[in-house]
Amino acid sequence: MAERFESVDDVITRLRKADYLSDAGIAGVVFLADRLEKPVLVEGPAGVGKTELAKAVAEVTGARLIRLQCYEGLDEAKALYEWNYKKQLLRIQADREHETSWAEVESDIFSEPFLLTRPLLEAIRAEEPVVLLIDEVDRVEIETEALLLEVLSDFQVSIPELGTIVGARQRPIVILTSNNTRELSEALKRRCIYLHIDYPSLEREKDIVRVRVPDIDETLADQIARVVRSIRSLELKKAPSISETIDWARTLLYLGKPQVDPEVIGETLHVLLKYQSDITKARKELEVPEPEAV
Amino acid sequence: MPATASPYLLDVLQGFVHELRAAGLPVSMTENLDAMRAIEFIDIDERELFKSVLAATLVKHHRHQKAFDVVFDVYFSLFSQGIPGEDGEEGEGGEGEVDLSGEGQMGAGDGAGQPVSREELAAMLLAALVNMDRDELRRLAGIAVQQFAGMEPGRPVGGTYYLYRTLRMLDLDALAARLMGMARDQGDVGEGQLAERLAREEVDARLKELREIVEEEIRRRLVADRGAEAMARTLRKPLPEDIEFMHASRDEMLALQHAVYPLTRALAARLAQRRRRRNRGHLDFRKTVRASLSYGGVPAEPKFRNPHPSKPEIMVVADISGSVASFARFTLMFVYAMASQFSKVRSWVFIDGIDEVTRFFNESDDVLEAVHRVNTEADVVWVDGHSDYGHAFEVFHQRHYAEITPKTSIILLGDARNNYHASQTWVVDELRKRGRHVYWLDPEPRSYWDTGDSIVSEYGRYCDGVFECRNLRQLQKFVETVAEG
Repeated sequence: MAERFESVDDVITRLRKADYLSDAGIAGVVFLADRLEKPVLVEGPAGVGKTELAKAVAEVTGARLIRLQCYEGLDEAKALYEWNYKKQLLRIQADREHETSWAEVESDIFSEPFLLTRPLLEAIRAEEPVVLLIDEVDRVEIETEALLLEVLSDFQVSIPELGTIVGARQRPIVILTSNNTRELSEALKRRCIYLHIDYPSLEREKDIVRVRVPDIDETLADQIARVVRSIRSLELKKAPSISETIDWARTLLYLGKPQVDPEVIGETLHVLLKYQSDITKARKELEVPEPEAV
Repeated sequence: MPATASPYLLDVLQGFVHELRAAGLPVSMTENLDAMRAIEFIDIDERELFKSVLAATLVKHHRHQKAFDVVFDVYFSLFSQGIPGEDGEEGEGGEGEVDLSGEGQMGAGDGAGQPVSREELAAMLLAALVNMDRDELRRLAGIAVQQFAGMEPGRPVGGTYYLYRTLRMLDLDALAARLMGMARDQGDVGEGQLAERLAREEVDARLKELREIVEEEIRRRLVADRGAEAMARTLRKPLPEDIEFMHASRDEMLALQHAVYPLTRALAARLAQRRRRRNRGHLDFRKTVRASLSYGGVPAEPKFRNPHPSKPEIMVVADISGSVASFARFTLMFVYAMASQFSKVRSWVFIDGIDEVTRFFNESDDVLEAVHRVNTEADVVWVDGHSDYGHAFEVFHQRHYAEITPKTSIILLGDARNNYHASQTWVVDELRKRGRHVYWLDPEPRSYWDTGDSIVSEYGRYCDGVFECRNLRQLQKFVETVAEG
């Protein structure tokens, strides 16, 4: 079976080409997911690049990304498959004049043309390579989690009328993300390998900023990373995420600020922090002035 | 494909998994097998990778990561310079000089054994810290531990003692000052408070890393001396959710505080979901008819109105005297962090006097700050500052009895150690008759109840439930029952 990555270093270099800066931990898990053919459960604070990871993996392996966005109330019909009721009704009604036996009709309306595939089934039946992203899995109810289990452990779906549909090809890389708003069930966790992505180290964050905002110069990127680290060390409602760091870097670049000084931070702090109480606290701690009223 | 893992490594791995389980981590059979399969695909000489691969397969909760780190460091500390294989066996067999003399490659440049003066070492450390040369730092940490820690084989002293001795000789504060000075001289530190703060944080981060390297070095030598299992046993600590409120150390308190928020968030999300799903509303006739149009007039899909669940009102009355204070603090934090789950939360604290503290929580949206104000500003002493449940309850009854409605759940917190004062249990009885529920939470182990001056059963007779509540796990379970109504 063709392996998608040669080594952990290969993962790092190739992800880097897709503008995703990983580290040994992240790359190691992606590599394992490929070799063990197990799904990866990625947890971590919002905005540290969990979903981005799936996108980058899809990009570098030349696979199509199939995304199942989870939400409360997600059910089988939206995640796995659904029978096309309307089409089935039409079929039955169209048949009234003809003398077709019920058995014939039944076997007809429960066949492929009447099946609506949803992301999970789509991923299993895909002929081309795919990466399956199950995003924010913590949003579904604990009972609904169960319908993922068969897919995650055996990569197959049982449809009572059609039998079991098994993925013919190599198993795709499956990535589940969770913002940890609730504890996922042990059964689900057991079937996955686990990756916790945290806020990056100073060096990594600096590199990320430089990759994502190529026009920025090194000193500014360094200052940005340091200020963000400093802000994250405060007790805040919502610490700045990587995406917010990048937004901030873009803002500073756009405003043409050559360096970070207290005034600049004061004017642009709202890009990093989204709660007024956090902004006030950061102002006080970093001794940054209020922006002047315009 | 890399070579298959040696039987020796698999043995170590089994011991490792065993220790993880002993530390309370739920490692299943599947996960164990996954880990064994996983290490066949990687180069185990790469320590960071090896560690992350084991973590990915064995640890599925982020809050267990710390416990994992400790066990890993102990079990694989001898692997830090590559897998010792037979050497490792030999090291354990060789008496006396087990690794404490330092290895060949330690201090390779300066010739091992030759003592380095404190000044020289400080200068070398400084140079390594400026460039953040981690290999050099590790080498220097080895020298420092060897010279200053004064480790003796077989001596039953904890690692912290050696750490303290080493760090005292290294004098990190002086190092920090010199690093700051150097940064300033090079013009790395800009003008103003902010630049100063950023530079200091950088220095702190580097020194923290040095400290960890020294710690690791000491642990490595201790493990070499005593064996991994013995070390792991001495270092074993409860998981955050199992730490007892009453006996938590300062570090454990911090760990608890960090664990509280994610737990409450997770719990709140689950309860909200469950409440929304339980009892669907009445049938919505109009919507059902409209939906039926797409099935040719067959009402195949009944639609329901949104339910209007009732949320309980909560009154928390907490003893904050001495020993149970930390428990009360956590319960208040927990309840307020979950305030969205209740229609109204009010709270009182008492020792022998009682004071309402709801205002502190309403005025500030920072729960920690509010708890701090409760501890410092609440007026809870009436006579002598020894718990008097009876008097506190009586005053509570006098002032607030009329405000209790059939929707109110009352939570009483404390060890019921009443210092032999009058118990006034009739208050609890009346509260229960008027309110919806009265619960009692006791932070003491069940076996201590009703010993000495504890009269928890006397009060318990009039409560809807008395719960032992010694750690976060139990607290979480209790809040779940209350919020369910």
